[in-house]
Amino acid sequence: MEVSRHWRLKKQRYALQGEVCPHCSVKIFPPRDICPDCGLDARTPFQFSGRGEVYSFTTVRDAPEGHSEQVPYTVALVRLEEGPLVTAQLTDLDQQDVEIGLPVEMVTRKLRSDGERGMLVYGYKFRPLLRPAA
Amino acid sequence: MSNNTPTDPTQDVFIAAVSLVKVGEHWDTSLRELANHAIHHVLIEANGLRPQALYIANAFAPILSRQTQLGALVADFSGLRGIEASTVEAAGASGGMAVRQAYLAVASGTCDTALVVGVEKITDKIGPSMLAALSSAADSDHEAPHGITPAAQAALLMRRYLHEHEAPADALAGFSITAHANAVSNPNAIFRRALSAKAYSKAAMVCDPLTIMDAAPSVDGAAAVLLARGHVLPTAPDLPRVRIVGSAASTTALALHDQPDLLTLTAAKQSADLAYAQCGLSAKDIDLFELHDQFSIYSVLELEAAGFAEAGHGWELARDGEIGLEDRIPITTFGGSKARGDPGGATGVYQVAEVTLQLQGRAGDNQVPDAKIGMAQCLASAGATACTHILQRT
Amino acid sequence: MEQSNQDRLLKPSKQVGIVGYGAYIPRYRLPASEVARIWAGGAGGVPIVEKAVPGIDEDVITMSIEAARNALARASIDPSEIRAVWVGSESHPYSVKPSSTVVAEAIGATPHTLAADWEFACKAGTEAIQAAIGFVGSGMARFALAIGMDTAQGRPGDALEYTTGAGGAAIILGPSDESLAHFEGSYSYATDTPDFWRRADEKYPEHGERFTGEPAYFKHVLTAAKELMSLTNTGPEDYAHVIFHQPNVKFPQRAGRMLGFADEQLEAGLLVSVIGNTYAGSPLVGLASVLDIAEPGQRLLLVSYGSGAGSDAFSLSVTDRLVEAREKAPSTQDYIGRRTEVDYATYARYRGKLTLS
Repeated sequence: MEVSRHWRLKKQRYALQGEVCPHCSVKIFPPRDICPDCGLDARTPFQFSGRGEVYSFTTVRDAPEGHSEQVPYTVALVRLEEGPLVTAQLTDLDQQDVEIGLPVEMVTRKLRSDGERGMLVYGYKFRPLLRPAA
Repeated sequence: MSNNTPTDPTQDVFIAAVSLVKVGEHWDTSLRELANHAIHHVLIEANGLRPQALYIANAFAPILSRQTQLGALVADFSGLRGIEASTVEAAGASGGMAVRQAYLAVASGTCDTALVVGVEKITDKIGPSMLAALSSAADSDHEAPHGITPAAQAALLMRRYLHEHEAPADALAGFSITAHANAVSNPNAIFRRALSAKAYSKAAMVCDPLTIMDAAPSVDGAAAVLLARGHVLPTAPDLPRVRIVGSAASTTALALHDQPDLLTLTAAKQSADLAYAQCGLSAKDIDLFELHDQFSIYSVLELEAAGFAEAGHGWELARDGEIGLEDRIPITTFGGSKARGDPGGATGVYQVAEVTLQLQGRAGDNQVPDAKIGMAQCLASAGATACTHILQRT
Repeated sequence: MEQSNQDRLLKPSKQVGIVGYGAYIPRYRLPASEVARIWAGGAGGVPIVEKAVPGIDEDVITMSIEAARNALARASIDPSEIRAVWVGSESHPYSVKPSSTVVAEAIGATPHTLAADWEFACKAGTEAIQAAIGFVGSGMARFALAIGMDTAQGRPGDALEYTTGAGGAAIILGPSDESLAHFEGSYSYATDTPDFWRRADEKYPEHGERFTGEPAYFKHVLTAAKELMSLTNTGPEDYAHVIFHQPNVKFPQRAGRMLGFADEQLEAGLLVSVIGNTYAGSPLVGLASVLDIAEPGQRLLLVSYGSGAGSDAFSLSVTDRLVEAREKAPSTQDYIGRRTEVDYATYARYRGKLTLS
């Protein structure tokens, strides 16, 4: 059973809280305290909007332990509008066709549970826009 | 310094012996027994040469077999009790990285001989727990919690590649077909049957657009190579000598989403460039290339990274018939991971052993005609770690 | 006597209003005819058209987070100013461990806040509103968040299974002069009436069948509504919209008629036929739906019902600010319109009714 490793990531997992580099202004997600671009210290919190678009996607039918109950599920690389790419599931898809470039928005959902008795792990997923932009 | 000793010690490391265990589902064989089989046969081939250090390439034993400290275990159960031994782990690149550690040990002069055994016991776990172990190479904070698997990562790359380069849906078919064709005559392969274009096109979907025929089977295996300095080798060998002329490793971001350029295997490119630079060779000098083909998309991306094709054009090498045994750049000459089978962290050791067999003219029906220089490159997960070796017949 | 009666009206010392609200309804729908197909051979009438079903990755926590984000978008306030995050539900994912801490963390309200979960059958949400009126109205806090949200449980084959839906809403309470709707007064009524219950560690509730009607729902809802109207000197004609707890279509309609309301006054807040009975979410999502269309100056009556039993009643008047604020987040109808029908098997899977281990 894993407890602390999920707890310590709660800000980024629940709400896409990342960082912005004070030196080169690059937006960082997931947060890593070091700017991937300029290599300098980057610990300034930055709240991402949650909007982005699908960069690539696939559907998982054979799932690793902890994810079997949700198969089939769609995993995507999402390009956040602030720049970073994130790995996350797409949800609320239904029969909707996913395609590269599909605009998506972040929602907080159940990622997995450690069995019947373990902790529920919540975190970001993305879905097609509830209200498509006019 | 005697006249027999090259002035550059990094050019004085040879492959003294190799052995390969048939890749497959070895239900009745344990991790230590698989390693012992490989070591037993490599020592027979070594003809009296004894290793001074043992490097074990293994990725998943701590999870799959709940076994750490493979060094002591394998040494003990292979008749090498007392030898310096430890595991080298870099997920799917463990094999190449272990060969490189042995190479460094010998090149440094610390040892005259160093043994590498790659061993992976996949089938000790089954189903979702096996898949969770294989997925542990991905970022456990930022990829694994989203249910990512090695196949899903490859599928994300494959879809993006086909999209960006406007390649046809069956662009990668030739890689799997070639691998299967080559495995037919490899007694150590798990799938010794040809694959037709029709069967490829009808294959079951794993992670769209990636089908079961784009994916290698993860199974058990063990292979060994013994590295030695020239002065301990027989003066009149039965077989041509094979020298390691290039050895390099590189890493990039672990997570797929953190790659600076998703469709460029940065680490693969960098390690290939370093290996080329070490021996003054380039892609055009390479007679065969054992690459990481756990999923067909990686074959394409590696051919591009290692300089055999421009970005976006790697897939055309299969279409244009340039990757067969007698073609411009033969790959997966014994079936590769796709058809020989993918024994996880042992794969890189299979590759080096297979290149050696080619350069010594021991490849039988799989022989690449007059192969003098061969390259082996293995990758971990979506290319976060890459290790490249260039071997030359002397 | 009149003096002591007037004392029953709950009115804070500072004026309190709704500064933000947000609904959430999951996208899947199970037609009641599907329940009838499995459990009644397809025969007989059904009490509603369809009910909302949560996706496999949703629960009261995730649904509350989205509703709260919608409420925050409309309130346009800094979430760190919210001093109470209160989630009322019958379906908290944990028996022990608050839903509210996850919600508070996700919306950025931690750590200077009172997070708590509320429980009183279907009125856990309005309880939280009632308490938040006190919290804000006393001057203790500037903003408080009250949520009513449920993924309602009903035993397979039980009459409840036709209607047990999923959804709810989040309400941010704050100073009246910043509000979209202002609380004119409220009233709470409770007796010990065991019409519906679920013992600890049981998966599905039990209910008193016909006993849930006259001595339970109607007694409490009608009394609470009458008392509040009497205490505020209002009558049915003074309310543009009335929202009742809605376990089915008939109960709130009958309650409305008995109180002298026309069916049209219930219409905007009566969602049960298309989303089902969302338990603690029911009165709040009805209120959200009304706020989506209400006009400034209109008066609203909200009456909840919680089994066991009690009712909370609220009189609200809409301010000018509502019109602009409601555009800042998806409407209740946006969620109702986002609809994917599922069959009984898919519903059974999504709701954890299949034995996996």
